[in-house]
Amino acid sequence: MDDTLRELYQEVILDHSKHPRHFGKLDDATNTAQGHNPLCGDRVTMYLKVDADDRIQDIAFEGKGCAISQASASLMTDMIVGRTVAEAEKLMGGFLHLVKGEDASGLDPDDRERLDVMAGVSAFPMRVKCATLAWHTMKSALEGGAAAEAV
Amino acid sequence: MTAQSPVTAAFDPLAARADFEILAKPVYGKPLVYLDNGASAQKPRQVLDAMRDFASTDYANVHRGVHYLSGRATDAYEAARRTVQKFLGAAHEDEIVFTKGGTEAINLVAYGYLAPRIQPGDEIVLTVMEHHSNIVPWHFLRERAGAVLKWVDVRDDGSLDVEALEAAIGPKTKLVALTHISNVLGTVTPLKEIVARAHAKGVPVLADGCQGAVHEIVDVKALDVDFYAITGHKLYGPTGIGVLYGKRALLKQMRPFNGGGEMIREVTRDVVTYADPPARFEAGTPPIVESVGLAAALDYMNSFDRAAIRAHEHDLLAYAREGVRQFNWLRVIGDAPGKASILSFEADGMHAHDLATILDREGVAVRAGHHCAQPLMERFGVVSTTRASFALYNTRAEVDVLLEALARARKILG
Repeated sequence: MDDTLRELYQEVILDHSKHPRHFGKLDDATNTAQGHNPLCGDRVTMYLKVDADDRIQDIAFEGKGCAISQASASLMTDMIVGRTVAEAEKLMGGFLHLVKGEDASGLDPDDRERLDVMAGVSAFPMRVKCATLAWHTMKSALEGGAAAEAV
Repeated sequence: MTAQSPVTAAFDPLAARADFEILAKPVYGKPLVYLDNGASAQKPRQVLDAMRDFASTDYANVHRGVHYLSGRATDAYEAARRTVQKFLGAAHEDEIVFTKGGTEAINLVAYGYLAPRIQPGDEIVLTVMEHHSNIVPWHFLRERAGAVLKWVDVRDDGSLDVEALEAAIGPKTKLVALTHISNVLGTVTPLKEIVARAHAKGVPVLADGCQGAVHEIVDVKALDVDFYAITGHKLYGPTGIGVLYGKRALLKQMRPFNGGGEMIREVTRDVVTYADPPARFEAGTPPIVESVGLAAALDYMNSFDRAAIRAHEHDLLAYAREGVRQFNWLRVIGDAPGKASILSFEADGMHAHDLATILDREGVAVRAGHHCAQPLMERFGVVSTTRASFALYNTRAEVDVLLEALARARKILG
């Protein structure tokens, strides 16, 4: 098998996509947003509970999508819970660099290591939007919930 | 032994492949298996050569100058119109309007024909298997003029129930707009019968022929269809050109869509009068080189026995359909009898985009997504499908590659 494919669809990705963490709805969400990838019709709804100190107490997501988008959403929710909004946005910045094959050295080394499973996406430019959908939707939820489109 | 049966010259896809240079170019070091023909077909050298030859020999703007090249170009452009006329079986060449594509052709009917006729509450009948290009223009009329869209469902196998369609046509129906061949299901609609039934109720019919003209042998006169929209690039021709066929009497009643050069009779400071069809609908400099390319593409198709091409495509479909039966995790969407060579499917636990990415790395180009047919996706309860669509140059060996690649995808993703 093609090495780039092996890297894209590695076990961790498939595991996240088949058993997504934080999958479901959050009844006491303070911030929600819907994301949509018009290319494939995939949709994701992101629920966040942000406390008075701007810390993300809890997060959940619902939706259907490809392995990449589901794994990315799952991994993201795992990683940003407990962080402040500013930290989450910084993480997102680094993630976007990573999946676009750009310089992601701004990422904290531990975060870089955890996100490494998504780095294979950079070899598939057509699939970058799949990986970024959840993140853009998360950001949109934090900014007040306007509908996000994969960009 | 027995007397020889009548010989139908079998179509030879391998010979035809030699005309398509791109098919011989590997992707990721593997032979290209191009099965995204429903989205756009590859172009044979006959088309590319014709465009190049024209542009380097006879090119100028059309219908304008008195100079030599302008005359040559105008002749070529109008000859292309006659080629399309013959290809579609139209009675008159002025029934052939060049557009920039199938989408513009349908929008021209929406704007030029239907919009002035719509009162709030008037109905447009369409099927759930329409491409967005045959949905959104009608949504415009819903939003702007109060038209009501009446949707006709398909059966579970993707076939169209003519009775259901007929029943949807009421006293307020102003147009039936439906596809000739579904770009997702491959369903061939019984267009002739639908037209007859709609006409019996005094309602005209627009057919989206963007797939239909590729896979069926179209005769708009025999179909008696009022409007038929096609696009060049799915017919092995160039992008940037399409055609609206419209019955002469209907086109004459239509108001222009775009305003500009070429489409007028006279312009003064106070008034403007319009040219007759088709010029009325061809404002601005038209796709001149593309018209030559389109004509070359239609000539190319007609250089073969079209019935033999059709039989070849049906064979590929049947072979692929049979081949995917081995995968119990795969569900074909659209099994209508007599359908065209388009195979859409959904795979258990595998998203179409993941599947398509893996197939791609095996050299197999398929389409994954909603295929600009979201109401149909909703009808079948899916977000997206994977679609293999076969053209004249595809082979059984390529279907085998597809099947192997599917099995491999299952191993990776399953």
